[in-house]
Amino acid sequence: MRADPAGVLTGVHYLDGDFACGEGAMAAGCRFVAGYPITPSTEVVERIARRFPRMGGTFVQMEDELASMAAVVGASWTGTKSMTVTSGPGFSLMMENIGLAVMMETPCVVVNVQRGGPSTGLPTMVGQADMMQARWGSHGDYELIALCPQSPQEAFDLTIDAFNLSEQYRVPVLVMMDECVGHMTEKVIVRPAEDIEVVPRRLTAAPRGEFQPYRVDGRPVPEFARAGDGYRFHTTGLTHDERGYPVMNAECQEKCVRRLVDKIRGSAEQIVRFEEEGTEGADIVVVCYGITARVARLAVHLARERGVKAGVLRLVVVWPFPEQRIRELARHIRAFVVPEINYGQIVLEVERCAAGQAAVVPVPHGGGGVHDPSAICQSILRAAQ
Amino acid sequence: MNTGNAELGTTGAGPGPADAAPEEHPIAPYVRMDRMPHIWCPTCGIGTVVKCFATALGETGVDLDKVAVVSGIGCTGRVAGYMKLDGFHTTHGRAIPFATGLKLGRPELHVTVFSGDGDLVGIGGNHFIHAARRNMDLLVILVNNFIYGMTGGQNAPTTPLTAKTSTMPFGNFERPFNLAHLAASCGASYVARWTCLHVRQLTWGLKDAIQRRGFRFVEVIAPCSTLYARLNKLGTGFNLMQFYHDNAEVRHGADTREVDIGFQDKIVCGKFVDDPRPTFLEMMDEHYRKILGDKYVPMPPAGGFIPDPDSCGNPDPNRHRDGAAASPRGPTP
Repeated sequence: MRADPAGVLTGVHYLDGDFACGEGAMAAGCRFVAGYPITPSTEVVERIARRFPRMGGTFVQMEDELASMAAVVGASWTGTKSMTVTSGPGFSLMMENIGLAVMMETPCVVVNVQRGGPSTGLPTMVGQADMMQARWGSHGDYELIALCPQSPQEAFDLTIDAFNLSEQYRVPVLVMMDECVGHMTEKVIVRPAEDIEVVPRRLTAAPRGEFQPYRVDGRPVPEFARAGDGYRFHTTGLTHDERGYPVMNAECQEKCVRRLVDKIRGSAEQIVRFEEEGTEGADIVVVCYGITARVARLAVHLARERGVKAGVLRLVVVWPFPEQRIRELARHIRAFVVPEINYGQIVLEVERCAAGQAAVVPVPHGGGGVHDPSAICQSILRAAQ
Repeated sequence: MNTGNAELGTTGAGPGPADAAPEEHPIAPYVRMDRMPHIWCPTCGIGTVVKCFATALGETGVDLDKVAVVSGIGCTGRVAGYMKLDGFHTTHGRAIPFATGLKLGRPELHVTVFSGDGDLVGIGGNHFIHAARRNMDLLVILVNNFIYGMTGGQNAPTTPLTAKTSTMPFGNFERPFNLAHLAASCGASYVARWTCLHVRQLTWGLKDAIQRRGFRFVEVIAPCSTLYARLNKLGTGFNLMQFYHDNAEVRHGADTREVDIGFQDKIVCGKFVDDPRPTFLEMMDEHYRKILGDKYVPMPPAGGFIPDPDSCGNPDPNRHRDGAAASPRGPTP
């Protein structure tokens, strides 16, 4: 459906990534946000707190990130699109309830404006070291979706996409920003509401007595009933059957968790999104995401000037990972070069998918700044030798 | 409906001719009878609290479609799964913030948090004090059995001094919370305490609380015969009920500073605080109306759900938004 115009600030703006992310959420129809202040993400909720009272939205500053995430899951069960925003330490605190959202199949969006870690780390400076936590941070086996914007414009666009994907797959969707993108100010175009496509919460039409909250009938995701619509359903973080009732045995675990994993794995090729530049006939492909993609492009340009056939594959959706495309490229290229602001996270996925068919060269950076393009360029040149 | 469950008394063997149809238990309409028998031990007090809550719901005549029950983890955490209402069994300690989200996401809901002492004031203590401070519109029913039951009898923030637990085998030396005072001093607008013996008063108290607004806290002292009574050689649940009979003292309006619970000491019960003050949502609405005037758009009582205007022009949110994916079991709009 078209976006609710109340949340769409149509026009050409000069916004930082945090504000743009907040605008994206409101445009997507988000009307509940719970958050706890944490640098460098707080501007997202500050923007929303100022605008929500004029559009029927409620922002609540909770007592911590555990509460923020729990409130988001609760609010989403009323059919209200819900989001929370944080950075590393808060992201750690949210993990258990992100798992609850996965288990209860609750659509919601979690924004992590990444800073340097571990622990308190570098509160005001950039990092990209939560990428594996995004994938594996909550206990147990699960799949979810994570997006990585490289600019304020994308912070706006991908936050809308995050809400849409969360509705489509009934899964928490993570917007893995970084401090650089969050605090960088650029032109952001907000299209008119009628040009913004949003996925509404799809409510069940089942008669009240017959509704089962986790019955799928062959679809990848079950139908949704809101709290308060009279379905009197039950949902739990325990392993459950189609009625949402806990069942403690291996058979139910297999059925319940298998579907949670398969609904994303089975649609991975529709969910994955990446951009390629100059990968056709390339010897070296730089795999990158977020702010590092913008640095990497310059590095590739420098390498091309030195005669190396180098290209860029930028991950827009990081989880699920574009396994198939990396495998294809591995058969034709000499090496992947993977710069990221951590000591080697997404490079492990690239290595796994390349499976020895192409070399994989990490270009780590501990955080607190972005790569020097010449460092990435040097890695490209060495890999090409 | 005849489950033969002792705790809920659903034997169906009421007075009358032997061949009469089994009588439905009075609270059967409020309970997921297809989940009986429940997991609680014989003589556990939680079922009594469920019975009183269900009775109170029935007597208040509140629209059950609009009642949601949220539990955390633990023995009492299972209540949300047994009530035939919208029921959410969440994570350990987070029932109150989850419930806060439900309430703010759809303000017309009556949201009840039903959980235990370890869940609500141990791991979840921070949320408890802040929800009370905000006067968040939640009814919080806390079943206090002085111990972590589900995990095997460990020390709780409510365990009385000197009482034995599996992690305080020589007796507890930590001072416990006085929960009524904690709630009152944080700003709860309603605070009461009863025991599982006080079924009439508890039912009346829950009815009273359901009909009020804001953060309403009802503590119910409940027997745990499997762990608390056994570890402390207090006999069975029956002996604990006898203890409540002999040692509970009803003192409405008691100063909450004076209602601590010592080991096998008197238990002061009653309605301690009944001080209606504006709730979080009322404060927010009033404030924004004052500051923003006509520009303030409050969330509708039915919530922030935005229906699809293109969907056959049907404003009924119970209808499907996407004809293509409509349920094979229901009508397609």
